[in-house]
Amino acid sequence: MEAFFEHFRLWLAAFLTLGIFSFLYKDNPWYKLTEAIFVGISAGYWFVVLFWDNFHGKFWVGAGEYSINWVVAKLTGAQAPPPPDSSIDFMLWVGAFLGLLMLLRLVPKIGWISRWPLAFIVGSTGGLWLINYFASNVMVQAQATMVPLFSSAFGTGFDQNADAVIGALIIFLGTFSGLVYFFFSKAHTGVFGGTARVGVFFLMITFGASFGYTVMSRMSLLIGRIDYLLGDWLGMIK
Amino acid sequence: MTTRTKELIAVAAILVFALIFYIGRVSGWQATEFSTGTSIVVVVLLLASLLWMLALTIRGRLIGRRVVFLYVGVAVAMPLFMKLSQEMPVSLAVLGVYDAVMELQPGSKVLIACDYDPPTAPELQPMAETFIRLCFQRDLKIIIMGIWPQGPQQANLALEKILAEPEIAAKNLEYGIDYVNLGFQAGNEFVIQRMGGSFKSMFRTDYGGIPYDDLPLVRNVRNFSNIDYCFNLSSGFPGTVEWVQIAVDRYGVKLGAGNTAVQAPTVYPYLSAGQLTGLLGGMSGAAEFEIAADARGKGTKYMLSQSVSHIVVIAFVIIGNVAFIMSGRRSALKG
Repeated sequence: MEAFFEHFRLWLAAFLTLGIFSFLYKDNPWYKLTEAIFVGISAGYWFVVLFWDNFHGKFWVGAGEYSINWVVAKLTGAQAPPPPDSSIDFMLWVGAFLGLLMLLRLVPKIGWISRWPLAFIVGSTGGLWLINYFASNVMVQAQATMVPLFSSAFGTGFDQNADAVIGALIIFLGTFSGLVYFFFSKAHTGVFGGTARVGVFFLMITFGASFGYTVMSRMSLLIGRIDYLLGDWLGMIK
Repeated sequence: MTTRTKELIAVAAILVFALIFYIGRVSGWQATEFSTGTSIVVVVLLLASLLWMLALTIRGRLIGRRVVFLYVGVAVAMPLFMKLSQEMPVSLAVLGVYDAVMELQPGSKVLIACDYDPPTAPELQPMAETFIRLCFQRDLKIIIMGIWPQGPQQANLALEKILAEPEIAAKNLEYGIDYVNLGFQAGNEFVIQRMGGSFKSMFRTDYGGIPYDDLPLVRNVRNFSNIDYCFNLSSGFPGTVEWVQIAVDRYGVKLGAGNTAVQAPTVYPYLSAGQLTGLLGGMSGAAEFEIAADARGKGTKYMLSQSVSHIVVIAFVIIGNVAFIMSGRRSALKG
């Protein structure tokens, strides 16, 4: 039976892969079936993951189960659960309450209440990330752009580690001219316009490099699937 | 013969072809491998046909998009049969990761954060395998975790493969003592944030449900200050960017990263600013890391396909531009 399922798994994966590839020829029922299976399974998978890891794994285990057992015990007069240990965190009820408020969008008359948890999320995320981004993406990056050319890190002159010196100059020039290009309060004419034009060249090189990397990544995905079809499925390659 | 009949015949032909080779595979047929001579002939034929297409385009005959798809498919598939190997220099970015691992003392604790899923496995799985192998060879202790649900599962696949290799199997490594998989934790970047205070608060049990305190390897690991090196395999959000912003810049973790090629340009600035010790970018990064670690695997094998397919893409970019220029000239002549 196990062998049968192994064969079935190989053929099913190949069937679905070829179904997606068939779109390259034209839109067709095989592709539509495969796409529908993919979308359905993805939605189901994420629902299960989020339910078990967030609702059950965090809230229910962390506070919900204990609290409900305690309330039920109080109401029915049964023996109350032992005092909470360090694994119980009643703060999780705050998150659960805000989550419930979010669901009020489904009730049109009081749907506006769902803006409160949204405001909490936007505010807390913004506050947290403002510091992180400013420190990591502004301060450290700006510092790395303005390195002293003749410090011990680069040797004592151009003859020592010249590539690092040239690299630092290019990074400075690219950053500066790129910033000039995005300065729109002054007309891009004269020296200012020339600098902005240099910035455009740097931007184009950046976009080109990014596109090249994207092609490499997409090809990698294709290589992975073809390796599966010709190797794992048909055994034509090692 | 109608188009529908032709399509049905094509599907039937593919099915028969697949059945023949599948039965052959089950019956123990050997994998096909082109000799060096055959490989060179295939590459030359591919290049010659591209030149022929360029000539056709110059003469005004345009090629269909399906031909482009077919060529890319052939360019990816054919090198997988070839014995040719590609020489690759190892970049400083890749050496940064390799050197960081080599500098660690035996027994050091390495945290591997697997934040990727099966679609990006062709790029990241070879990196995971090479990194884990290198750590075991150096007698380092591995702690695996993930803030992507399928990351720890991918790590288990890599572990299974590496632990079965004779050199590693001879070390008799024990789960919980030499390596551990803490599994997935929901919460995206906030998991990293909380780990800065306490690992245990985020991972009460490991992947298999063993309580944190029952795992000798992590029992005394309180937070990032007990980790000697961290390696993040990432294919998007949350991933290396968040690890740099929180673990590196806030908690001072020493971090190396392996990224998909799409993500690598976003992460390179962190490398040049010293926030990363090294970066493996895409499949070329995986291949270079295999070469550095002297363990050629799928990354190196795939790079030939990658290179040939890039040549084909470049050729079609040229052919497309020629077609564009020619169509403009024809419009001008008509106009």
